[in-house]
Amino acid sequence: MSPSARLQEMIRVIRSARTQGEERGIIQRECAEIRAQFRQGDNGVRSHSLAKLLYVHMLGYPAHFGQMECVRLIASPRYNEKRIGYLGAMMLLDEKQDASLLITNSIKNDLCHSSQYVQSLALCTLGCMGSAEMCRDLAPEIERLLRASNSYIKKKATLCAVHIIRKVPELGELFTPSARSLLSEKNHGVLHGAVVLITQLCERNPDTLGQFRKAVPELVQIMRSLVTSSYSPEHNIAGISDPFLQVRILRLLRILGHNNDSASEAMNDLLAQVATNTDSSKTAGSAVLYETVLTIMDINSESGLRVLAVNILGRFLLNNDRNIRYISMTSLQKIVQTDHNAVQRHRGTIVDCLKDQDTSVKRRALDLSLALVSAVNIRSMMKELLIFLSTCPPELRSQTASGIFNAAERYAPSKRWHIDTIMHVLTTAGGDVRDETVPNLIQLITATSELHCYTVHKLYRALLKDISHQSLVQVACWCIGEYGDLLLKGECEEIEPVEVTEDDVLDALETVLQSHMSSPATRGFALTATMKLSTRITDNVDRIRSIVSIYGSCIDLELQQRAVEYNALFKKYDHMRAAVLERMPVMDKNSPGHTNGDISGELIKESETSKSKPAETGFPSESASQKVCDLLDLLGGPDTPSPAPAITPPTTNSSAGDLLDLLGGLEPTPVVPNLTVYEKNGLTLKLQCDRQTETDVTVTLIGSNSSLSDITNFTLQAAVPKVSLKMRVRMSFSHQGTLCQDTVQIDSFPSDVLNFQPSFSPL
Amino acid sequence: MIKAILIFNNHGKPRLSKFYEHYTEDTEQQIIRETFHLVSKRDENICNFLEGGLLIGGSENKLIYRHYATLYFVFCVDSSESELGILDLIQVFVETLDKCFENVCELDLIFHMDKVHNILAEMVMGGMVLETNMSEIITQVEAQNKMEKSEAGIAGAPARAVSAVKNMNLPEMPKNINIGDISIKVPNMPSFK
Repeated sequence: MSPSARLQEMIRVIRSARTQGEERGIIQRECAEIRAQFRQGDNGVRSHSLAKLLYVHMLGYPAHFGQMECVRLIASPRYNEKRIGYLGAMMLLDEKQDASLLITNSIKNDLCHSSQYVQSLALCTLGCMGSAEMCRDLAPEIERLLRASNSYIKKKATLCAVHIIRKVPELGELFTPSARSLLSEKNHGVLHGAVVLITQLCERNPDTLGQFRKAVPELVQIMRSLVTSSYSPEHNIAGISDPFLQVRILRLLRILGHNNDSASEAMNDLLAQVATNTDSSKTAGSAVLYETVLTIMDINSESGLRVLAVNILGRFLLNNDRNIRYISMTSLQKIVQTDHNAVQRHRGTIVDCLKDQDTSVKRRALDLSLALVSAVNIRSMMKELLIFLSTCPPELRSQTASGIFNAAERYAPSKRWHIDTIMHVLTTAGGDVRDETVPNLIQLITATSELHCYTVHKLYRALLKDISHQSLVQVACWCIGEYGDLLLKGECEEIEPVEVTEDDVLDALETVLQSHMSSPATRGFALTATMKLSTRITDNVDRIRSIVSIYGSCIDLELQQRAVEYNALFKKYDHMRAAVLERMPVMDKNSPGHTNGDISGELIKESETSKSKPAETGFPSESASQKVCDLLDLLGGPDTPSPAPAITPPTTNSSAGDLLDLLGGLEPTPVVPNLTVYEKNGLTLKLQCDRQTETDVTVTLIGSNSSLSDITNFTLQAAVPKVSLKMRVRMSFSHQGTLCQDTVQIDSFPSDVLNFQPSFSPL
Repeated sequence: MIKAILIFNNHGKPRLSKFYEHYTEDTEQQIIRETFHLVSKRDENICNFLEGGLLIGGSENKLIYRHYATLYFVFCVDSSESELGILDLIQVFVETLDKCFENVCELDLIFHMDKVHNILAEMVMGGMVLETNMSEIITQVEAQNKMEKSEAGIAGAPARAVSAVKNMNLPEMPKNINIGDISIKVPNMPSFK
């Protein structure tokens, strides 16, 4: 039987198996036979068995018992057996196996073999699976082969050297001199390997990079001869002379020219020549052109060349071949930050690609479109993006939604447009938006007081249509609860008026409460909204009372608690109900209630001023509001100073009275920008003031630890007087085992109007 | 750098798997399955580039594939390779196989897996592209095959006889011999009784 007949016989038998179980049985039998042959047979039989074993291994069955056979076969003098042995070594052995060390000696001997094919086997195996020790041992051999052998071996030795450098970067210096001389080879295979080797050396070591910059003229010469040469059949692919080599050289030129003016200048002409002369009708030409564009963008090229490059990318965008469109969008993404205007010219094409059928192309087009949104084109871009959102594949939805929100936030031309856009997104893709959208939208709505009527009407209508999108329903419930009176009034300039009765509104809220689609959080929103309406409507208060009392025995704990508290508001604390359910004041986006305020000195700690307010309305107010103060008085809190109009956040009040004794003897003094108020024991406190509006300033106290050890148990207390602009800060913390306590008085606050000397005194 | 080269058929059965980075045997099989899963979902007129599956490096690596009749040729590469270049490389690989096997089909790959590995070893080494000139590759492969055959010795005699007969240049045997119109006078033989 001829050598491969036995392998083919076995393959035939395996293929005839009809079920997986049958195949497993056959393979087990074959493996047993292979094992027996390994034990007794001679080398000839061994090689056939190893071939069979490799096939079995490819199908996924364990084959580790063949590892020693590979070692034995590699040591054999016959070419057949060596060949299969080396193949087995590449497939079965890896550097973690001990057996791999055993073949080092064989490889060493084979590298000096008289036949070039045996040498090439050894080189190939070393290049594929050589471990660091093997590489160290054999590196001098490889270097010798790099210099003095025929081109067939030279090219293999070059790539083997690349592998060695990957494994053992220090050996790079050994190969640097020979690499340079390889550039003068004529054989394209060797040249290709040499360029790869030099690329690898330059990427690993910046000094070598400097050395190889001197080779730029040589590389330019090689490229020029490739581009202008006449047709040579052996290297020709679709009319381009050796595109693989061209691409490699262009990549190396990119690395050499990056951030270096002289090298970049040397290649300018060449790049222009390649860019204009290459025929890009087939993939080969496009590959070269694409690589040229990337190189132009990455080196210090002149602006005319850059414009040419971006135009080439734009041309690629119109290409029929999807692959090329995908590639060009990937590279436009990389340059959109630096050459924004150039890319803007192609915005139309990019937006059209959003409608492509290919998901990969759509994804790229989306990334690029979001990067191209600017204040000028926001309206038209948003239209396109919203159309895209309604038709896009599900995996891209949440990315699109968050992208739209970011863009809307940065470039919204008007508040109404902003609110409309967010609502549109919520109705189309409400299930895919992030959780912060709800509080963000609520904050936006409260800030836009002139549009309250319009907003609540729109939301009400959306609620009537569909209650499945939780975020939209939550926002709608909140608004109806807050602005229900505006809804019932019926008139609104921006929207056609429609008759809404109190029953209609309560029906809508009750539907949300009872629906299976509503999440527990949504039902909480709806219940609170219903409760708030009790002060805004006149006729159906009893209906609200009954709803609330029903939910007093709800299974959901959160709802039950709320209902019970509301019930109490109806019964025992009815005199407070109007005040408690007042219209919410405008919220600040950065207020601690909005984000999860953290105690360790980032923002001044807020006290709870609203213990008896219903759950989600714990936001402290920003602007000084008369009603808030009345509320605090009403609740019988300690005598709190009203916040001075020029500074925020509001004062602490329910902390222990020891704070108040910090106050006393403070005189007003002028202010300065951003100052460090305390720096001791590793703790640094900085004060930063930002003037938000004419009357509002946000003061941020930032604490940081400049020592090596941790600061623990950090607490901070701050107090401000009623009238003047001062603050006393007391802090205590543990640092390196000792407890430190200190107090600092800040007499002057930073101001962008005055520029006074800082004056503060530690007490 | 090329991380892996996989060839599998439309049902996911591997026909060639070459990994240039070390993975355990289990992981290798899982990678083959995952890649098949990703690639088989793709439509015909969609672009040939994909992000790599989680097992083979995720979004840093790309899968570049071509679908020929019943086989998928998939190259998993990292960002240092030109995507369009690898597409061309796959084309060169398939054309080389075609020349070496004479109108290659899936059965050729199945029954001559070792030969396919040898051809691939002439094109890609250690994850780097070695040679892209088709005639050069074929020359080397044929020289190595000759070396193998010359070593085969007595055991190879029947195979060599078979291939010798196949290659023998026999002259065309005429199918019908036309000697022309010869009228053969058959004498009237008295019938024997």
